[in-house]
Amino acid sequence: MIRASNLSKFYGGKHALGPVSFEINDGEAVGFLGLNGAGKTTALRILACDLRPSGGTIDVGGVDAIAEPHEVRKRIGFLPENPPLYQDMNVIDYLRFAGELRGMTGPQVKKRMPDVLELTDLTSVKDDLIGTLSHGFRQRVGVAQAIIHQPKFLILDEPTRGLDPVQIVEMRNLIHDLKQNHTVLISSHILTEISQTCDRLLILGKGKLLGAGSEHDLAASESEIRAVTVTVRPPQGDDPKGRIKKVLEAIEGVKSVAEPFEQGGGLSFALSTTKDCRAEVSRGVVEAKLDLIKLDYSRSELENTFIRLVGGADASN
Amino acid sequence: MRAISIIYRRELGAYLRSTFAWAIAAMLLLVDGILFQGYAMQGEQLSAIVLERFFYFSSGVSMAAGLLLSFRLISEERQTHSLVLLNTSPVRDVEIVLGKFFAALTFLAVLLALSFYMPLLIKVNGKITMMQVLVGYFGLFLIGAAALAIGTFASSLARNQLVAGVVALVILFVMVLLFLFAKKLDAPVRDVLQELDLWWIHFQNGFMRGVLNLKDVVYYVAVTYFFLLLAVKTLEAKRWQ
Repeated sequence: MIRASNLSKFYGGKHALGPVSFEINDGEAVGFLGLNGAGKTTALRILACDLRPSGGTIDVGGVDAIAEPHEVRKRIGFLPENPPLYQDMNVIDYLRFAGELRGMTGPQVKKRMPDVLELTDLTSVKDDLIGTLSHGFRQRVGVAQAIIHQPKFLILDEPTRGLDPVQIVEMRNLIHDLKQNHTVLISSHILTEISQTCDRLLILGKGKLLGAGSEHDLAASESEIRAVTVTVRPPQGDDPKGRIKKVLEAIEGVKSVAEPFEQGGGLSFALSTTKDCRAEVSRGVVEAKLDLIKLDYSRSELENTFIRLVGGADASN
Repeated sequence: MRAISIIYRRELGAYLRSTFAWAIAAMLLLVDGILFQGYAMQGEQLSAIVLERFFYFSSGVSMAAGLLLSFRLISEERQTHSLVLLNTSPVRDVEIVLGKFFAALTFLAVLLALSFYMPLLIKVNGKITMMQVLVGYFGLFLIGAAALAIGTFASSLARNQLVAGVVALVILFVMVLLFLFAKKLDAPVRDVLQELDLWWIHFQNGFMRGVLNLKDVVYYVAVTYFFLLLAVKTLEAKRWQ
């Protein structure tokens, strides 16, 4: 388990992160989501013991990362935003170097090498100079150096950055494979990337933790993220809009009713609700002797949650 | 110790594969050869004087090699982001610095060894002892090591290799020219500055003439240690920034 408490980082006088606290359980795939400058990379670099925090504590598998960074580094594999590659080395020599740096012996590296090459699909280029590889292959070499020593925790900072669509799919599949044997932390500002690969999300904005949980939890955690759109045939008489609005506002769970718009011969009203109250809405409309034409329900997707949370952070700063 | 050896092997391999490193070696050996032929061997001189002249300009070549081989050591890694691999491995900053320094020192030693034919020519044709030659080369090695340490420190300071090179050059210039400042001052500051000078007292009056003084050896080892220590402390400090 990784446990970060009141983690903060200042670059000179500039606030970059925190204080933030979070826990990551063994076997989880956790996504750090945030806009550029949100503090994702800073958080990951601290977790990888590349940076020392200005304040707070980090416990990685029972080891204090600040007091004993070497012990933690043995347990962590890190792919930074820019893979740490030596362009003058070939893939095999580079991975051997990375493995030995992490404390592996020559025979251990030799034994592990075929598995890593196969997992990262680098066998065909294993003797090539890294400087001659395509961006996608370099990213894979970056992943390979992170897993060569079989770390328990794998930290990937923007692993799909700069990849073409085919390479993104390949990288996503690779991350899925890695999830079988590692606790994986991934940062990205690409929502679909995170939602497709992670079990849980940590949303960062302006260095603060804005939300944590699964995509479903995050979407459900806020009352106004559910929306019901109801379309009703306008009744005869004066002020049909006002009459329908009054009926809808009286329904339990409806927080607000937006101004209607015409759709398919009816008036459509978007309702902000605290729960899925489609049954109450349909019952209320029928009881008021109104003709119900259409009822739509949409739960907020990750994108809405993200924009709302990050937008809130922006507004508060 | 194991980490130093791993980093040393990688760095030495990088030097041996690097066109830049061999180009530096070729250029400096060419300059050394031209100076030897055009300056040291000029006129009828005692072979001991010729040897002194050889070590005189070879000390400049050795310092230049030290700077050129070291200014990229850490700054290049920072620039290409590969330093992260070392920083996130269970390797101490002192091991990073020493591994790189010893690799550069080995390449410098190879470069110096390639110039050995020149004093051998003097020995074959003149009257000098092998001990004079070895003491002079020991001095070249030590002054080169000090320049390497200065370059390594400058490299740890700057992300940009050019900036690192300029910083190293300025430090080296100041340390070599300290004796000129010292001449304008009174004792005891004058004596202190003279003793701190990188070249005049310790090389010109010692190794260059085939004289091995323990204090000169201690001086160069101390300068090397001091700048390597600064490099280690700089790397450590940058993690807090």
